[in-house]
Amino acid sequence: MNFPYSLWSKLILLAALLAFPALDMPFYAELVAKTLLFGLFAMSLGLLVGYTGLASLGHAAYFGIATYVVALMTPGYEAASFWLTFPAAVLISAASALVVGLFVLRTKGIYFIMVTLAFAQMAFYLFHDTALGGGSDGIYLNARPDATLFGSKLIDLDKPLHLYYLIVLVLVLGYLFLQRILQSPFGRVLAGIKSNEHRMRSMGYPTFRYKLAAFTIAGGIAGAAGYLYAVLFGFITPELLSWHHSADVLLMVILGGMGSLGGAFAGAVAFIAMQEIFSSFTKHWQLVMGVVIVVVVLFLPGGLVAIPRRARAAFFGGASDE
Amino acid sequence: MSDPQCKALLTAVNLTKRFGGLAANQGVNLSLERGKLHALLGPNGAGKSTCINMLSGDLPLSEGRILYEGHDISRLTAHQRSRIGIGRSYQRTNIFPQFTVFENCRLAAQSRQQRAWKIFSSAAVDFAPEKERAMAAIEETGLRDRCSRQAGTLSHGEQRQLEIAMVLATQAQVLLLDEPLAGMGSEESAKMVELLRRLRASHAILLVEHDMDAVFSVADTITVMVNGVVLESGSPLQIRASADVQRAYLGHEGSFHV
Amino acid sequence: MDFYSFLIQVLNSIQYGLLLFLVASGLTLVFGIMGIINLAHGAFYMVGAYLAFGLTSLTGSFVLSILLGIPLMLVIGALLEWALFSFLYERDHLEQVLLTYGLILIFEELRSLIAGDDVHGVAAPGWLSASIPLGDTMSYPVYRLVISGACILLAAGLFFLIQKTRLGMLIRAGSHDRDMVQSLGFNINLIYRTVFALGVALAAFAGMLAAPVSSVFPGMGGQVLIVSFVIVVIGGIGSVWGALFAALLVGFADTFGKVFVPDFSGVIVYVLMAAVLLWRPEGIFSKK
Repeated sequence: MNFPYSLWSKLILLAALLAFPALDMPFYAELVAKTLLFGLFAMSLGLLVGYTGLASLGHAAYFGIATYVVALMTPGYEAASFWLTFPAAVLISAASALVVGLFVLRTKGIYFIMVTLAFAQMAFYLFHDTALGGGSDGIYLNARPDATLFGSKLIDLDKPLHLYYLIVLVLVLGYLFLQRILQSPFGRVLAGIKSNEHRMRSMGYPTFRYKLAAFTIAGGIAGAAGYLYAVLFGFITPELLSWHHSADVLLMVILGGMGSLGGAFAGAVAFIAMQEIFSSFTKHWQLVMGVVIVVVVLFLPGGLVAIPRRARAAFFGGASDE
Repeated sequence: MSDPQCKALLTAVNLTKRFGGLAANQGVNLSLERGKLHALLGPNGAGKSTCINMLSGDLPLSEGRILYEGHDISRLTAHQRSRIGIGRSYQRTNIFPQFTVFENCRLAAQSRQQRAWKIFSSAAVDFAPEKERAMAAIEETGLRDRCSRQAGTLSHGEQRQLEIAMVLATQAQVLLLDEPLAGMGSEESAKMVELLRRLRASHAILLVEHDMDAVFSVADTITVMVNGVVLESGSPLQIRASADVQRAYLGHEGSFHV
Repeated sequence: MDFYSFLIQVLNSIQYGLLLFLVASGLTLVFGIMGIINLAHGAFYMVGAYLAFGLTSLTGSFVLSILLGIPLMLVIGALLEWALFSFLYERDHLEQVLLTYGLILIFEELRSLIAGDDVHGVAAPGWLSASIPLGDTMSYPVYRLVISGACILLAAGLFFLIQKTRLGMLIRAGSHDRDMVQSLGFNINLIYRTVFALGVALAAFAGMLAAPVSSVFPGMGGQVLIVSFVIVVIGGIGSVWGALFAALLVGFADTFGKVFVPDFSGVIVYVLMAAVLLWRPEGIFSKK
């Protein structure tokens, strides 16, 4: 009998997230909100890396592009419409991913990793060196988007509570959307491509198109996460597109174990938690982070998500990989 | 003028493949008809793999043409050829080891329809036709008992059967089979030969094999290749009697002793 | 631009390209032969530069610091391979990416702990800090010519090693068929260790050479890493000739790009790579 750990743990988590504001801890509120949107960001990369087998080291570009879109669409101190800027940011991120995908998906394996990295750098330099978005200084989002709908200001993004619930909503919708994709015939094809792309082509699948679709979707969702980041923090710099940022989110996915969306989310939580904890007791927290990473890779293939499984196996016997 | 039953489904004319200065295949002609099994024999290094790779689209041609139902398909990619009905099985087992036997075949069957782009339906629930075709292929190859096993845990012989099942699930008309009996014991080989005989009636089959007994019991035409060129081509009787062929196989292991 | 300005830019392009070649050659060899993607490769370049800074301050002689630094880096490279990288051969690329990224973090923070976050200068040796006059108003530093000269010598040595020596033959064979080489009785682990150590030393040497010219600063490893990746992609993995050609190409594109389109100079290299990708995704000189 299989106790649906998975479903129950997700429902409990959701309930906790919804109830969290009642605890009234404003410092942690921002941290939790940040973790949620990075969770979404990590899940979008999880679709690419974990399911389709496309190891992109340039995913932060699509996150960053969305932040600039909303900032540039907010002239001066006048708030732009949420209903305009959000779809625009997501679509533009997706479109960028589509264009880059046309190039990078022509390569495989190690080349793919390197060229995704290089294209992301291109985007970084575009924002860093030109006057497009304030150059290396970055720009401010001077006014949070206006979510007025049919004249009624039911949702006011200037209220932290509303923004928080919006982030939770987008996360849940994003998760459900990605789950749907993975369980659909399209998702099965992606899994097949990761397992044996050659055979997929030999069986009649135009695999390039599928990979491009996955790349584009992942880019769009990363854009959604980026949009929320911009609205939450209000300050945007080219560093958001840097390869370090791309490496961070890739780390989140790998840390969490690449087999599931939940894993990617868990990886994001773990990564941000480690960042917070380590930086609180040393300025050189990256050193500790680096050591943790090396240790995890060497001794924990399968990531953190594999820990419960291995622990169960250690206690109850039986194989730990199935 | 042409009886559809006898018309050649797939014809290869002057197939040539050069790697640098080496001609792996030179001027090879082949034709496959529905209802007939055409075997391709030859010692190691004769160029059989190159030939089948060119037919399936895994290797581009240096020269020559490939015609399918009269149309020139030489420039089509592997996935395009699969879509029009040319299926290929591989010598080195090329399955999806982490998926179940059923999922391997279902994925193969799914390739036949454009609705694969549908994101908002569940693969497990919808798409009954694919599931039926997958089960049919599994039944045909005798893998029903192994249906829910992970493909990577199957025995070698069962994996070879799965190879064929996957091609069948794609509803291929032309079957390019690359050493399906490789590494099989005698009992499994016999079952596979039985399968080939059954499939022959409704497909055009190209069989590359080393197992002579199997070949002679099931082939309608045999082409023998040596060093990239066709040495001789004809009925099994003709090939068995040919002095050239005997000579080509002398000194090779598993040689000609039918 | 007049002739001498042009000449200066050409010389700068060659010098920059050759330095990049030293770094990229290590990367492409390690990948081509051992199948490992090493994100920390740029860190070796940085370590080399900081070593030059540290040892020169200690000994007072730039040349001595190089003579001490190279063997040190060879040993460090061999140790790293033995302790860490040898576990990566069987792992997939993602795990290699992750682990070597962790290494970058470790190297960067160690550097911060040991040498701080300031920018440092390293003085080229006195006897090399003259300049050759070009025309009436311009001159070209002798040291930069020395850099190019040293790189050319090293490149020639590398080609000789790979093409003409037994070790080189083993290296080439090992890249095609590791098991075969092992079954012939050769110690493949030793070969891999040598190649890795060589790659590390090459990158570090480039960093040392570059230090007087580019200064020694925290971000230098990351910068050179990405450009090295682009070079390897353009030239083709495993191809040392390809790395040389691509490095010079990048050297020219970047240098002249800074002159003619300073706003977009950072992007030029990537546009170049995109163009190559469209034409030959496996790299210009790739053997695969």
